[in-house]
Amino acid sequence: MSRDAILGGIRRGLKRGPLPADQQAMLAGRIATHPRHLIPARSRLPRAEQIALFIRNVEKEFGTVERVPDHAAIPAAVADYLAAQNLPARLVMAPHPDLLGIDWSTRPMLEREARRAQEGDAVSLQHAWSGVAETGTLVLPSDPTRPTTLNLLPDTEIAVLRASDIVGAYEEVWDRLRAGPADALTGGFMPRNIMFVTGPSRSADIEQTLELGAHGPRRLHILLVEDEPAPRMESPAEARAEATTQPGAPAAPGD
Amino acid sequence: MVHITSPAFKANATRALADAGLQKALDRSKGTSHAKRAAAVAALPEFERLRDIGRDIKNHTLANLDFYLEAYAAQVERAGGTVHWCSTADEARAAVLKICRDKGARTVTKGKSMISEELGINEHLEAHGIEPVETDLGEYILQIRKEPPSHIIGPAFHLNREDWEKTFREIHTELPKDRVFHERSDIMAEARTKLRSRFLAADVGITGANFLIAETGSSVIVTNEGNGDLTQTLPKTHIVLASIEKVVPTLEDATSLLRLLARSATGQDFSVYTTFSTGIRREPDLDGPEDYHVVLIDNGRSNMIGTDFQEMLRCIRCAACMNHCPVYGVTGGHAYGWVYPGPMGSVLTPTLIGIDKAGNLPNASTFCGKCESVCPVKIPLPKLMRHWREREFERHLSPQSVRTGLGIWAWFAQRPTAYRMATKLGIGALSLLGRGKGAFRSLPLAGGWTAGRDLPVPEPGGTFMARYKAQKRARR
Repeated sequence: MSRDAILGGIRRGLKRGPLPADQQAMLAGRIATHPRHLIPARSRLPRAEQIALFIRNVEKEFGTVERVPDHAAIPAAVADYLAAQNLPARLVMAPHPDLLGIDWSTRPMLEREARRAQEGDAVSLQHAWSGVAETGTLVLPSDPTRPTTLNLLPDTEIAVLRASDIVGAYEEVWDRLRAGPADALTGGFMPRNIMFVTGPSRSADIEQTLELGAHGPRRLHILLVEDEPAPRMESPAEARAEATTQPGAPAAPGD
Repeated sequence: MVHITSPAFKANATRALADAGLQKALDRSKGTSHAKRAAAVAALPEFERLRDIGRDIKNHTLANLDFYLEAYAAQVERAGGTVHWCSTADEARAAVLKICRDKGARTVTKGKSMISEELGINEHLEAHGIEPVETDLGEYILQIRKEPPSHIIGPAFHLNREDWEKTFREIHTELPKDRVFHERSDIMAEARTKLRSRFLAADVGITGANFLIAETGSSVIVTNEGNGDLTQTLPKTHIVLASIEKVVPTLEDATSLLRLLARSATGQDFSVYTTFSTGIRREPDLDGPEDYHVVLIDNGRSNMIGTDFQEMLRCIRCAACMNHCPVYGVTGGHAYGWVYPGPMGSVLTPTLIGIDKAGNLPNASTFCGKCESVCPVKIPLPKLMRHWREREFERHLSPQSVRTGLGIWAWFAQRPTAYRMATKLGIGALSLLGRGKGAFRSLPLAGGWTAGRDLPVPEPGGTFMARYKAQKRARR
């Protein structure tokens, strides 16, 4: 069996047999306690600054953020954004209670379908489970109410994120997931898929020059529901100017 | 498997230096990747400490690799996945083909994966009537052009815009002949449109993995384009190709390494898409694959454990070493003659294809040490290349002229008086010959040096030892 051959080869190299029970227990303990390593200081900020850092980092990576006071303001914000981008008033939406519970009658012209995304869908409205301030990253675990295809197929992704769901560092995401409901299949805490998304899709494969919109969305727009107070930020243009590489400008290979 | 041309490194490098298109491509990125990495590192004051942490996580994992692989495999199975343990490239190719055949697959989409290049998955599938479609923008054009990648994260590093336009016109013949590529984004938009239909039609999606997580049985991929995610989300079957050293114990371990990866690779704080996949589609989910397979590949790695080269198994494939390498910077990746170029390739390739074939690679280094200084997991690449040079010498693989030359040098080096006399004579002769000139353009017996650069005429004042002694006397 190749399994035995591989494990045997490793053990020969390590000059030992299978680990004794006490050492196995120690390693299993390391997995069970999953100790944290260094958490960058930049993620540990007073709450308002943490939210401001999240926004700044999203904008640095060419995403956009609009702050809305509550979920009731979302239909207008979506309709205005689509109009401003010259996009049709039609979207495919995550069947998430937060989004389904919105009174959409204020914008009757906005066509909505709650389902997974298909080819031809131009705009998706996704529910963001969390955001990570240290890099301006959205956390999108798969779930019947949060289909993965919404993050990938449409040209434009709009994500609704509660400010109270923003955390400082990735490690806080793992802790929140571990504290959540158990997965029915595995009994563990990981969903089938969890995407960490930082800005819109891009590539620098052509002449190491950054271009937005490779295979995933060209635009990533975040509607940040202010269920928590935070200070206003500078304009997106200023944050974007901080990016090390601008679209159409030289990037490193693999960007 | 990729055709090996590593034994012809010198000829490859000569050709590369004379290739105007390649030199244009290499020049374009000169300095850019250094500056971007440096900026990202400067913005994270803890970066140096994270490098130590990254090294320690990998060392801990390798010291207990058997345990963590078994723990990982058990978690994959709990999530409805299947693990295929493969000792060799043959076994891995057969495993992938069998899964594809069992699913009746006709087309397979692929995310960028270096292990797939190492195994030659595409050629194997094609030979058995299954069409593989590379979906990373760079890999897509290389597949059309039938070229291997020249860089581990920027596969089409060696191409210029003209090459893209020419190839697209040749292959996308159903599009109007007179269409204009005003911008690079026009090229990208055409590829996006062409590939979208392939994503939707594929029966199987194959990705690599940046990490495997023992705690949860997850595979992690990191991309900027989103092609890897489309590849692993849309088809009914997802196959993960991963070599055994990709496993780490916990999510926290992977997180620390991810903080190093993008900064070292592209100078981004985080790649656009970092995705953790764990098993099959859950019952009520609206999308995701129904089958999840992990082809877990050894292919020579376990032989490295317990040897000088175990440290190489820490590599997280960020490409910082080649981005900073003065040799890679002028030859590009193809000259190295196999899958992995640059300093990491010069260490890894001999272990995987043999030092007899890859002996040139550890010699293609100036030992400037830049690669080690930027390595996110602190692999002592120059030291490991030196180990290969020693082995090559011990096995009598280096050319007779080199061995004779080294023998003569060693005779003198062990006899300080003779050595100083010989250098004094040599320096004297060179000074005499070169009087009035700043440098030699050519010199008998030194063609190897002067073919590529001038040899400066020695400064007046004699050898280093002579000047050192004179200074010491003066100080007294």
